[in-house]
Amino acid sequence: MTLSAVDLAAIRLSLELAALTTVLLLLIGTPIAWWLARTRSRLKGPVGAVVALPLVLPPTVLGFYLLVTMGPHGVIGKLTTAMGLGTLPFTFAGLLIGSVFYSMPFVVQPLQNAFEAIGDRPLEVAATLRAGPWDTFFTVVLPLSRSGFITASILGFAHTVGEFGVVLMLGGNIPGKTRTVSVQIFDHVESMEYAQAHWLAGGMLVFSFFVLLALYSSRRFKPGLG
Amino acid sequence: MNPSLSRLVAALGASLFAGLTHAAEVHIAVAANFTAPINEIAAAFEKASGHKVIAAFGPTGGLYTQIKHGAPFEVFLAADDSTPARLETEGEILAGSRFTYAIGKLVLWSASAGYVDAQGEVLRRNEFNHLSIGNPKTAPYGLAATQVLARLGLSEAVKPKLVEGTNITQAYQFVATGNAELGFVALSQVFKDGQISGGSAWIVPEDMYEPIRQDAVILNKGKDNPAAAALVDYLKGPKAAAVIKSYGYDL
Amino acid sequence: MNAVEPHIVSSPTGPANAAPAGGIHACVRLAYPGFALDVDLKLPGHGVSALFGHSGSGKTTLLRCIAGLEAASVGRIEINGELWQDSAAGVFVPTHKRALGYVFQEASLFAHLSVRRNLEYGMRRAGANKVSWEQAVELLGIGHLLERMPGRLSGGERQRVGVVRALLTSPRLLLLDEPLAALDLKRKNEILPYLERLHDELDIPVLYVSHSPDEVARLADHVVLLDRGAAIAQGGLAETLARLDLPTAFTDDACAVVDAVVAAHDKRYHLTRLEFQGGSVRVALRPEPIGRRLRFRVHARDVSLALERLDGSTIINLLPVTVIAVADADTPAHVLVRLDLAGTPLLARITRLSRDQLGVAAGKHMWAQIKSVALLG
Repeated sequence: MTLSAVDLAAIRLSLELAALTTVLLLLIGTPIAWWLARTRSRLKGPVGAVVALPLVLPPTVLGFYLLVTMGPHGVIGKLTTAMGLGTLPFTFAGLLIGSVFYSMPFVVQPLQNAFEAIGDRPLEVAATLRAGPWDTFFTVVLPLSRSGFITASILGFAHTVGEFGVVLMLGGNIPGKTRTVSVQIFDHVESMEYAQAHWLAGGMLVFSFFVLLALYSSRRFKPGLG
Repeated sequence: MNPSLSRLVAALGASLFAGLTHAAEVHIAVAANFTAPINEIAAAFEKASGHKVIAAFGPTGGLYTQIKHGAPFEVFLAADDSTPARLETEGEILAGSRFTYAIGKLVLWSASAGYVDAQGEVLRRNEFNHLSIGNPKTAPYGLAATQVLARLGLSEAVKPKLVEGTNITQAYQFVATGNAELGFVALSQVFKDGQISGGSAWIVPEDMYEPIRQDAVILNKGKDNPAAAALVDYLKGPKAAAVIKSYGYDL
Repeated sequence: MNAVEPHIVSSPTGPANAAPAGGIHACVRLAYPGFALDVDLKLPGHGVSALFGHSGSGKTTLLRCIAGLEAASVGRIEINGELWQDSAAGVFVPTHKRALGYVFQEASLFAHLSVRRNLEYGMRRAGANKVSWEQAVELLGIGHLLERMPGRLSGGERQRVGVVRALLTSPRLLLLDEPLAALDLKRKNEILPYLERLHDELDIPVLYVSHSPDEVARLADHVVLLDRGAAIAQGGLAETLARLDLPTAFTDDACAVVDAVVAAHDKRYHLTRLEFQGGSVRVALRPEPIGRRLRFRVHARDVSLALERLDGSTIINLLPVTVIAVADADTPAHVLVRLDLAGTPLLARITRLSRDQLGVAAGKHMWAQIKSVALLG
């Protein structure tokens, strides 16, 4: 008993989805985390809470709202239709957007923690050494928050690979397009194809273990000033 | 003791006595798609018999797993006929108690009025982007949908446009939110008070797919409970049949 | 080059004068809950100016305002003709565009960069090289540390690297925020000579924050006394330290600072004579050659007064002085007397009883007996 072509396609799709989601989240999540770490605005609480919502919401709730808002009668759906993109559910792009929302806290929170751990002082030091804000961000903040970025990337990637509820609600289970590993496992279990389910589920288990192992081994470098 | 208090005590005693002689509880497990009809039927049954119905709802497969692991259900109303048959061969039910309580009807439905014509020609025109069905491997209505498409010779033509819900509820959601223009769903999902409740629909002729039988059984735990037998008798009776039909099922 | 000489005392609370062509002009207001800073400083555009006061007096906050690190500050800051802030005109030059060097109180080297790359960080961005790499590295003696990571440096070494890093940006103003506060006495003594060389060899004005009278007396030319967010005195070091109108909190450690020159060495008695404006003192033999400038400090409690020159005494340093003023000291038993020694100010702390018995009052000519002298550096 080995993995079928359909299973392999599902694995490949999951990895692609997770990789792209992680890249997008680092791009989107970094400014959000930076703002959350630095701001004294009253909006900090509400924005932080919205970012953290996927931690407590059942994924099917998030998936359902995305299905509604990205559908032809939803706000996002109307927008994408007007832009000539059609609607996003049942597409890879739709899954990508869903995953970005779903995995957001797993990327934003480690980054926010890393930025908060750096504190004001290194930024002030950089300013007195003639570094402008962008310069400071790339030459001081990024290197000092390296471990935060590693944590954020690993968690974002792993959490997206393990995503199930949102994919189920948004995907439509289209092989090669929206049928990810977790959905495939669910299908196998529902159809009582336990052998195939074991192969995939066991693989996920091993994968998750090594991801977490990598994460805990990377937590040695401490940020800050000497 | 004043007169009103003594009347109260007497009434309490009488009702307790009545409870001991007549009323019993029956625990039932019901496939989620039958939630609304069973609630209506159970209410009428309780009124008529004095028994009490305690119902748990869930997907048929999930309920099956729970039953196999000792869940305290006495009657099981499944959404298919294969799961009760399996329980029967596994010796989990009161022998001979399996019967079909409802037959599901497949409908091609769209949330938009006028989108689906009464003959289902919309399928042949093939102008939609997404056609929603239940997962044919796990959902009986999904399997029926693929049978209909095969009969129409459209299996290959619409294949790239199929989106699958894990169950028939999700297949319905895809259509209800407009993300799929149309889909094969259960008539009971879009049927209210004897008519289609919204959008447009083609009720698929029954000869185009294998009957979607929903079977019920009395489980081993309920074989000595008179309330379980009474409920099953009531389900087979004309009052329950009227309710079941009003929700879009056949008998 | 500038209109304000170090020894001119400007009124701390007087109206703002016209901005000097050169020099440091910092008129700053900043309010936080429970704390307000409101100062108007005019400092010379060269030498070391000390911001001196207790913790919580606003020294560091003032320094941060000058550096542009307190965005909420209001006022006008002009450094040797360069305008850094003028709130009335909506001018606020961000910190990274101010040509300043800043050394923070605690370690502030970038942990992810080697010493060399820490130094290069500011130097590359500043572009100018008024201070050469070799000069700065040699001046603070860090040549052997260049390839190390900051985590492998001692506290004193880190602060020296921090000073060099600031110097290499070729600042028009060097801001030092208690650079020695986090160090023990041994490390302080290790780094102080480097800071003195900085003073002697580079023509960069320095603002030096400290709560240590020793450091101030040793390094400063000019001093600003800060108390609860206000500048209660500012002026030349010797002049300001000898003032009597300061809160008693500052007088418990009252002292005078005198700049002198090594005049002669007496090999037989192992004594060195130091000459200054208005007189001379003899101290234990010094290693410095004749002609070298030295600064020494005389504590008020080490100065006693006599009506006549008492030659029958073991005290060798006797100086003729004129009483300028008498004021309350830190205890009811004592008074603080300000003395003039032909232009050099001195302080004496005597008992109230002695004051009355000897009739110590302004204008009286007396003899000061100096029990000990602390040489600085």
